[in-house]
Amino acid sequence: MPMTMTQKILADHAGLESVAPGDLIEAKLDYVLGNDVTTPPAIKVFEKLGVKEVFDKDRVLLIGDHFTPNKDIKSAELNKTMRCFAREQEITHYYELGRREMGIEHVIIPDNGIVLPGDLVIGADSHTCTYGALASFATGVGSTDLACAMARGVTWFKVPEAIKVNLKGSFKKFVTGKDLILNIIGKIGVDGALYKSLEFDGEGIKALSMDGRLTVCNMAIECGAKNGIFPVDNYTLKYISRTNPDRFIRSDYKIYTADEDAEYSDVLDIDLDEIDLTVALPHLPSNTRKASGCKDLKIDQVVIGSCTNGRLEDIGAAATILQGLKVHKDVRCIVIPGSQRVYRQALDNGWLQILDDAGCVISTPTCGPCLGGHMGVLAKGERCVSTTNRNFVGRMGDVESEVILSGVPVACASAVLGRVGTPDEL
Amino acid sequence: MKVSGKVFKYGDNIDTDVIIPARHLTSADPEHLKEHCMEDIDKSFKDRVKPGDIMVAGKNFGCGSSREHAPVAIKASGIALVIANDFARIFYRNSINVGLPILECPEAAAKIKDGDEIEADFDTGVITDKTTGESFQAKAFPEFIKNIMASGGLVGYTESELRV
Repeated sequence: MPMTMTQKILADHAGLESVAPGDLIEAKLDYVLGNDVTTPPAIKVFEKLGVKEVFDKDRVLLIGDHFTPNKDIKSAELNKTMRCFAREQEITHYYELGRREMGIEHVIIPDNGIVLPGDLVIGADSHTCTYGALASFATGVGSTDLACAMARGVTWFKVPEAIKVNLKGSFKKFVTGKDLILNIIGKIGVDGALYKSLEFDGEGIKALSMDGRLTVCNMAIECGAKNGIFPVDNYTLKYISRTNPDRFIRSDYKIYTADEDAEYSDVLDIDLDEIDLTVALPHLPSNTRKASGCKDLKIDQVVIGSCTNGRLEDIGAAATILQGLKVHKDVRCIVIPGSQRVYRQALDNGWLQILDDAGCVISTPTCGPCLGGHMGVLAKGERCVSTTNRNFVGRMGDVESEVILSGVPVACASAVLGRVGTPDEL
Repeated sequence: MKVSGKVFKYGDNIDTDVIIPARHLTSADPEHLKEHCMEDIDKSFKDRVKPGDIMVAGKNFGCGSSREHAPVAIKASGIALVIANDFARIFYRNSINVGLPILECPEAAAKIKDGDEIEADFDTGVITDKTTGESFQAKAFPEFIKNIMASGGLVGYTESELRV
């Protein structure tokens, strides 16, 4: 039976010749991920199971990023619980703040060369779907699933059907992967891909850098998708040759390609040339508009960062656009490099100096304001243009605050203009 | 098993940020979570909800974050069942794992009104609106969920697998 990329990865990890949509399978996991919010409840369940050791200390990834550096006593306790467990279990991929490997989970896991093509990953964080950019199957689960997976290294899946997203053409100036995924979510709705895979294909994928693909897959969950996935091409190979040269040289990864006659529940044809700079207005990521049509919306804050847009390319784009400009007097512009490595590279490249000169505040890597945790929470009536992934009611602070989602170029332009704006206005 | 109670009705795309805002995720204690359940869209929910009450909502219930704190908060608040048009994937999975009963039934989700008294039978999937007298048939649980439930949730299932 012909299969999609996702179906082939699932079949292989379940030891099956083939699978079909709707099949229930138990599959071996390559990596299991938790963060400082979801791991502590999982540790409780793990202890209840009476298991002494995790299934593989190299394959359980524990990353404290949501409320770190600890924002209050309770979050300090959460991180302490996870830290003690990680030390006890001798978890390889647990890092302390400030270490070169450390940062936001979905920024560092691809960048540290942990996940490679063909891997099967679950994470107790909904944005785990990010790693589909590397042609792996990755999806979010909850804490109980995390606990049981840490114990056994397997979990159950229902095999999803797929929507094929056929890309052609190339982006106009300043348009990025963020605008692409916002357009897809706007088109199909926040439940448009519920329980399904989004499989990207077509010559247009060449228009997307690896950082851009990571952004696209990161937000697959925002249209309900189980996972998003790109095929392997030269960009992927070049990326993993840098992030994990040892395994790259040994070809220690697996490339799955969709069968030509694989069945898709739907096909979306997208011409990248037709995509404009896009924003999602409150309070759903599907509430998309052309950024150029929202210029009357005044703002109080800009956030550039997160697991969606905190990568090196994003910070570089911010520095390029903001060079020689000043953040509007009524705006706080918070820049959060997604990892310590991104932070250092941005420092070495002189980008942080440019951003500092522009009047931005530069934060240590953290999820922080994206989920209304800390480092930029909004007051009642305040409005923020943010490169993050959700604009739900109360997401970044008060229930009467507003988040407008955008890519980095619109966020930078808005920071300078004090309202929603586009870089051509600068 | 049957449950019956008063309905708390909500709309489409009820996300996990309004079910339990992230600012309250510094503790996973159900007693703490229930104090803040739904507070960003329905401040009086926690004072009005009684054990056995039923939540009814539209499309894509529980979209957003993977936080298991969301079904835990709803369960701790006393809600005995959530009926929706459909559920976001991770929320669906988490609800089964933590033992929060859920039923997918587009017709019931559309017709049942806030404050109605309803009854639901998990075995048959029949939902009866006692206020209007109307009955609805929900989708039965798939087999694999029945198996996990028979083991008392995912923890029980994993315990039994680990013993093999």
